[in-house]
Amino acid sequence: MSNLIEIRWHGRGGQGAKTASLLLADAAFNTGKYIQGFPEYGPERMGAPITAYNRISDEPITIHSNIYEPDYVVVVDDTLLKSVPVTAGLKDNGAIVINTTKSPEYLKETLNGYKGKIFTIDAKKISEEALGKYFPNTPMLAAIVKVTGIMSDEAFIEDMKASFKHKFAKKPEVIDGNMKALELSLKEVKQIQ
Amino acid sequence: MSIRERLSGNEATAIAMKQINPDVVAAFPITPSTEIPQYFSTFVANGEVDTEFVAVESEHSAMSATIGAEAAGARAMTATSANGLSLMWEMIYIASSLRLPIVMALVNRAVSGPLNIHNDHSDAMGVRDAGWIMLFSENNQEAYDNMLMAHKIAENKNVLLPLMVCQDGFITSHSIENIELESDEEVKKFIGTYKPEHYLLNDKEPIAVGPLDLQAFLFEHKAQQAEAMKNAKQVIKEVSEEFEKWTGRKYEFFEKYMLDDAEIAIVCMNSTAGTTKAVVNKLRENGIKAGLLKIRMYRPFPVDEVAEALSHLKAVAILDKADSLNGAGGALFEDVTSSMYVNKKQVPMVNYVYGIGGRDTTEAQIESVYEDLQKIASSGDIGNPYRYLGLRREEN
Repeated sequence: MSNLIEIRWHGRGGQGAKTASLLLADAAFNTGKYIQGFPEYGPERMGAPITAYNRISDEPITIHSNIYEPDYVVVVDDTLLKSVPVTAGLKDNGAIVINTTKSPEYLKETLNGYKGKIFTIDAKKISEEALGKYFPNTPMLAAIVKVTGIMSDEAFIEDMKASFKHKFAKKPEVIDGNMKALELSLKEVKQIQ
Repeated sequence: MSIRERLSGNEATAIAMKQINPDVVAAFPITPSTEIPQYFSTFVANGEVDTEFVAVESEHSAMSATIGAEAAGARAMTATSANGLSLMWEMIYIASSLRLPIVMALVNRAVSGPLNIHNDHSDAMGVRDAGWIMLFSENNQEAYDNMLMAHKIAENKNVLLPLMVCQDGFITSHSIENIELESDEEVKKFIGTYKPEHYLLNDKEPIAVGPLDLQAFLFEHKAQQAEAMKNAKQVIKEVSEEFEKWTGRKYEFFEKYMLDDAEIAIVCMNSTAGTTKAVVNKLRENGIKAGLLKIRMYRPFPVDEVAEALSHLKAVAILDKADSLNGAGGALFEDVTSSMYVNKKQVPMVNYVYGIGGRDTTEAQIESVYEDLQKIASSGDIGNPYRYLGLRREEN
């Protein structure tokens, strides 16, 4: 299965990493892909480290294990960098996307010499600007779509519009803010050198 | 025309139940099956089904209410996991001995203790001799499809036995994956209306259900139950063929994956079969003749067919996701080796207990089993037949 993309999410309980992984699965599904989206259920509680996974492929996916050698890693909370081995098994030709404002030097050091691409995004700033509140999962979703290139920005935005309409049917006032967060994030995710 | 969707295993099961629209659902929430009655109660509240939903105070009551409803002449369903099934224990046997075609979704989870909410098959294995038909499901699609076939099998007048559809807790119950759904109308047409022959609410035929049954008759009644279980085989075959004609999705007693020309093979059930398929593909690319036999119909057990399908192999590993703690191997191992013996087939076979309490079953683990099998095939030496896979222990 050469076209299989495997993604691992690291976040803290309550930040929406699981929801983001399910939204990513949804978006990829809508472009005709085979998908898996599943969290690793541990003793997760608000604030505790959690892991979620995505597999995306052009062919049916039969593997039912966690992901040990991901192509991409998303870190929703940079306080995890020092306590969780986020780059474990991450492929050198892959990438890691981190919600952070820390310096490139700090990140390189903390990631134990990870040789692949490192992308950062200030999800807090974007979220507060677009939503007035800190929900990092929407920016991180857009960031990983951008970095993986699993679909075009336009297709992603169109799909999320429909998705949010459904998801936030009972609170339509948050749809515009979330869409704005996605659009800003697509622009602001940057690779560090 | 199937409908392309993406759903978790629990969502798929709840949707199957919505399409079945049973007369009664009685359930008590327990992880990881909680979502099934949760989603289903939403369908009830929204008027999408006309089911009587009984929010009972325990699983013992869930099974009791289901039995009562089914005995009255209704189509009744429930869902549970692990300790919920344990609490049903007394009523599980009563359901099957009263010959009530109840259908249950069992989302497999480790039975306590110590307390664990994750997947293994210890709950299902605890009721393997309770007289229920047991179908296992690799993924959300199979959990859905098995559920759509369940009533036609269970309610057949040559069967009349309760049936449980198993799937792996969290691993498939909580994983969103692609699935093909059928339309409500077609499901309704396939399943048909339930017309019980004998039932309590039939005022033209007053009957007693579950009276005292002593030395004079219990033995004969048990033999009839056993006969019904044997009959289920043919019915499962026919219903699966009818299902295939309708949906194009083929189901047999077990799935043979790259098995016919294989030299070494794994036998397992549920989600591990999917991971094993990925490993088989890899090994085949390297010229290793690996295969898989995935059991779908665990009760009744397809004794002769399994023996025939495995008879040409040089070495076989049977994977049990529950430890029988008996010094004699897991339940599936005993079933398979016994099938071989009575059919006079001699193939080297080893047992691996694996995945206990949600221990992740990786491709690397499965690959290591095939490596072991290659050694057994070339040397003919089984060594210790009772093994562990993925157990953490100190190296000697």
